[in-house]
Amino acid sequence: MLDYTLILVFSGCLVLGIVAGTLGSFAVLRKQSLLGDAISHAALPGVAIAFLLASSKHPAVLLLGALCAGWLGTLFILLITRTTRIKNDTAMGIVLSVFFGLGLFLLTLIQRMPSASKAGLDKFLFGNASTLLLQDVWTMLILGGATLACVLLFWKEFKLLSFDPDFLHSLGRNTLILDVFLTTLLVAAIVIGLQAVGVVLMSALVIAPAVAARQWTDHLGRMVALSALFGGVGGVLGAFASSRISNLPTGPAIVVGISVLFIISLFFSPHRGLLKDWLRERKNRKTVRSKKVLLALFTLSRSHKTPFHSHPVSSLEAIAPGSIEGGLEELRNQGLALPSGAGWKLTHKGAIEARRLAQHVYGEMP
Amino acid sequence: MTPQIEILLIASVVAIACSLVGTFLVLRRVSLMSDAVSHSILLGIVLAFFVVKELSSPFLILGAAVIGVLTVVLTELLITTKKIKEDASIGLVFPLLFSLGVILITQFAENVHIDLDAVLLGELAFAPFHRFVLGGVDLGPQALWMMGSILTVTLAFLLLCYKELKLATFDSGLAVALGFSPAIIHYSLMTLVSITAVGAFDAVGSILVVALMITPPATAFLLTHRLDRMLFLGAGIGVLSAVLGYGLAHFFNASIAGGMALMSGVLFLLALLLSPSRGLIAQGLQHRSKKLRFASELLTVHLLDHEGAPEERKENIRENCMRHMNWTEPFTQKVVRESLSKEWLTERDGLLSLTPLGRETAKQVMVRT
Repeated sequence: MLDYTLILVFSGCLVLGIVAGTLGSFAVLRKQSLLGDAISHAALPGVAIAFLLASSKHPAVLLLGALCAGWLGTLFILLITRTTRIKNDTAMGIVLSVFFGLGLFLLTLIQRMPSASKAGLDKFLFGNASTLLLQDVWTMLILGGATLACVLLFWKEFKLLSFDPDFLHSLGRNTLILDVFLTTLLVAAIVIGLQAVGVVLMSALVIAPAVAARQWTDHLGRMVALSALFGGVGGVLGAFASSRISNLPTGPAIVVGISVLFIISLFFSPHRGLLKDWLRERKNRKTVRSKKVLLALFTLSRSHKTPFHSHPVSSLEAIAPGSIEGGLEELRNQGLALPSGAGWKLTHKGAIEARRLAQHVYGEMP
Repeated sequence: MTPQIEILLIASVVAIACSLVGTFLVLRRVSLMSDAVSHSILLGIVLAFFVVKELSSPFLILGAAVIGVLTVVLTELLITTKKIKEDASIGLVFPLLFSLGVILITQFAENVHIDLDAVLLGELAFAPFHRFVLGGVDLGPQALWMMGSILTVTLAFLLLCYKELKLATFDSGLAVALGFSPAIIHYSLMTLVSITAVGAFDAVGSILVVALMITPPATAFLLTHRLDRMLFLGAGIGVLSAVLGYGLAHFFNASIAGGMALMSGVLFLLALLLSPSRGLIAQGLQHRSKKLRFASELLTVHLLDHEGAPEERKENIRENCMRHMNWTEPFTQKVVRESLSKEWLTERDGLLSLTPLGRETAKQVMVRT
């Protein structure tokens, strides 16, 4: 089952998932998620120009071109936002679409040139992991390894840059250079995945694992590690699905795989999951409701001699509008109130609890 | 009409429609929603196609519009959970919807003509072949009718809700206070973006919709700061990009959509450099003339300081000024020349002395600071 080609494909997708997950964590934390989208689109003309200049399809050449173009794209975004009134989102939209347009223009130009075959270039659009060759995987491995090594080497700086750049600056470090450096590493991470995932969807591979990992932990180291793990797992899952099912492009398969991981994390993480939020909110609502009814019982009982007088539900509703029955049931479960005659009354324990609550809510009781 | 004119006409209509809605996207800082919507509508088109089994059905537009709005709703839902930032939310939703669309096409619609290249590149060159024939009369290309209708809807919306849109865009707080619902305006606009994106999708492909929606309005934004002018300028620049882009693509025999996006970028770059008030060149010139003016004023203050003092002969000469102000030789020459031409000073035997006008300037500068 695991033949040579499959091993190549799996290792390629594993590498790209890990690297994208790692750098994606920083991009998401620094609110640069969509920069990934812009960079990956902007890389396309680089591939075409590198091919035109070097007339070689060696992955190192093409990826170098992509790297330069992606980097140039980020510089353009900076230039536009720094010198004009145009905001970041529009600058990214311009660079993304215009660079991509240039890329398409050049690709169709190459396609129609008599001598060259464009085969292998159009996989940069949607990605095709099944055509990865040994040299592709080696290139990805070396570029990815270098990127990860840089992250480890500058771990402390990047951590500060993400959370407190002013402090980093006050330590005498040049934040601009570090900022550009980290963005360059992001460009590299994106470029690594282009062949397998394609320029259109590569941004999802940067964002989704990181956001999923963020759901499980508040610790940067653990987040980066988890994000790399999610990226790697998503990459291999997508590659596997795409190798089993004919005509299934790798990029979309990986994106769906990673999105599933993200959705699971969003709902079910024990730490920040929506399910946990929802359960806690429901519990809070119940507590508030039962306390409201308890206070109402107590308030009514103050006009009688004994706190254990029975009150009809209708008079409770008069002073505590809302669902009374649910609150009463809950009080009974806690042993604080009992049905008695046509209404409800406090138990001994309930009277003590109600008195304590009233003191807490209204301050000193007369 | 020849096919070429028809293509140009379709491209122009697409460009105008895109630019009009795009203007509001740019101003509302949600430009990348066009990217998100233009990708995810693919899923809507595919799903609607599975229902009606026909590629030219108007239900495809409906399906696309529904998914387009769904993209916006999902993105905003993710933001309201407060677990995910705005930018990441956009980047999570549309790739998933787009991927589902691509997978559905490759798995279940292999034999129909939604091919993936067309999704990205558009099929403008083939647009004149799909004719709109009514009762045996050829009324022109289908795409022209479709985009024409979309443009009409857009124009009607703009004319009817211009004030409301303007208000909600520039001062949403006031809009709420006056009783308008920004949500309704926001979602109407997003519906319009989706519809326009579907129409343009056929012509220019999903990613280049972004080019036509964002780049011409951004170019117009560099040139004016009035909303009405920005709308007109944006539409004009869009048409120009489309026409020039088509010419470029025709000349090199390359992708039309790519050419159009490229030309919109070129026009943007030109505006960025050459805009008369805020272009980079204007900014540079302004900076230089300010620098020169400041230096000349500084020179008059320096001369005034040493005027009539015993060391005047030593102080008020070019070499000394150069050393004191840390200026380069050519810059000093330029400053002196500028001051001489303004008649702030005269030069005799190397000694720089102030004219009455120069003395007045120096005093004013010192009061100002």
